[in-house]
Amino acid sequence: MENFAIVRPASLAAATQSGGTFIAGGTDLIQLWQNNVEQPRQVVDLDAVGSHDISVGPDGLRLGALVTMAETAEHPAVRSGWPAISQALLLSASPQIRNMGTMGGNLLQRTRCGYFRDTGFACNKRAPGSGCPAITGDNRDLAIFGGSEHCIATQPSDMPVALVALGANVVLQSPQGGRTIPLADLYRAPADTPQRDTNLRPGEVIIAIVVPASMAARRSAYLKVRDRTSYAFALASAAVALDIDAGTIRDARAAAGGVGVMPWRLPSVEAALRGKPASPEVLSAAAQHAGDGATPASNNAFKVRLLQRTVLRALRSVAA
Amino acid sequence: MGVTRRGLLGGSAAIGVALPLLPAAAAPPPPDAAGEGTIPVTLHVNGQTLALNLEPRVTLLDALREQAGLTGTKKGCGHGSCGACTVHLDGKRVVSCLALAARCEGRAITTIEGLAQSGAQSGAHDGALHPMQAAFIEHDGYQCGYCTPGQIMSAVALVEEGHAGSDDEIREWMSGNICRCGAYPNIVDAVRDVADRQRS
Repeated sequence: MENFAIVRPASLAAATQSGGTFIAGGTDLIQLWQNNVEQPRQVVDLDAVGSHDISVGPDGLRLGALVTMAETAEHPAVRSGWPAISQALLLSASPQIRNMGTMGGNLLQRTRCGYFRDTGFACNKRAPGSGCPAITGDNRDLAIFGGSEHCIATQPSDMPVALVALGANVVLQSPQGGRTIPLADLYRAPADTPQRDTNLRPGEVIIAIVVPASMAARRSAYLKVRDRTSYAFALASAAVALDIDAGTIRDARAAAGGVGVMPWRLPSVEAALRGKPASPEVLSAAAQHAGDGATPASNNAFKVRLLQRTVLRALRSVAA
Repeated sequence: MGVTRRGLLGGSAAIGVALPLLPAAAAPPPPDAAGEGTIPVTLHVNGQTLALNLEPRVTLLDALREQAGLTGTKKGCGHGSCGACTVHLDGKRVVSCLALAARCEGRAITTIEGLAQSGAQSGAHDGALHPMQAAFIEHDGYQCGYCTPGQIMSAVALVEEGHAGSDDEIREWMSGNICRCGAYPNIVDAVRDVADRQRS
């Protein structure tokens, strides 16, 4: 828990060139610092230079990176046009933390894998090459999708799961300029570089999240299953969205949380829904595909059936 | 003569005495907040302006307890998991253990010590309890009392947010505050009582 300096950049451009560690809500960074997982020398405060605005325009919903989780969850336009986003946020963290945590920060929350958060253990994500005790150890909460022999840590945030299902983009700025990429492409599977969670470039900062409007987004939902009723990370969660016209599913979106090394899109579930009648049989058959490609670890095979059932319940809630 | 538990534990001069009395699970002492590498930080707490010198790493929780002498706000987990350190920042509830004090400049901070004043209907700072404090006493909403300041700060915010519509809603929106004694049923009773009285 070394001391650090707090830097307040005059502009976003100055922030990207500072070379320091960005802080927005701070709810994850302070924990990582308290656990000696992060040892920032310079903390660069984005509060005064980042966007705190929520707007709806031709591109859809735009969420400034500094908007809090509570502000987005409660926003009337979000609740009506993109309900899965609001629901995912209200099932995240606690009311206090939702008043602090931000859109940009929530995308970048680091894994809650107990070995990563405890410097007494080896961890390839925290100390590359040191090993992964989770693969043969306590991996009940960890990923069944996307892991490698080096890391099976779960992406912990709920909101990005809903955002990936709804085809969100992120607007980024680095010292080299700006770019907009699909949120799904922000994340990286661990492969042989588990220390890198994202494809952010050095100095690159999240400016905003943009989510397209659609009929499916209006008919979306987020369902989270966890060990206790509230205030816990997901064992499995599902973000689903259906565009149903005269009983036929025109478009379907599905993604899973709590089970993947990143927000996990479920393309075979979507394919089993598109063009089909929105019948109980079609929903059941499609939800079975939620387990496609799963590679459970020693203590989390239960997540396959749990996810299939979570997806089915979520689909029923939006098809009704 | 005249020595109280609060006075003994609360005074900064008594820290050396007080530390051995803390439970073994308590977090290590906060970083020295008056030494090298400090920056001036002005905080607005319970309507008062406090000029402090703090290291940038000092959390709002540690600044309140160790520098401002406001020990009503409790340190539980230090990781945002238990809610014992809940305060209001510009009217919204936050966990002060995950906020850096230096980033709270210019914002209105309310702690449990400031609640009695703001709750006095007359506006006079007569020390009258906030209705939520009175309700916790009336409904026996605590046992050891350690989580109580955070519970009350969260409960006051919950009612203002309009999330006291049912017992289930109260439980959900109080879920960021852990009570290891298990006083939850009486806490829900206290919150519902205050919300009902405000509606009637």
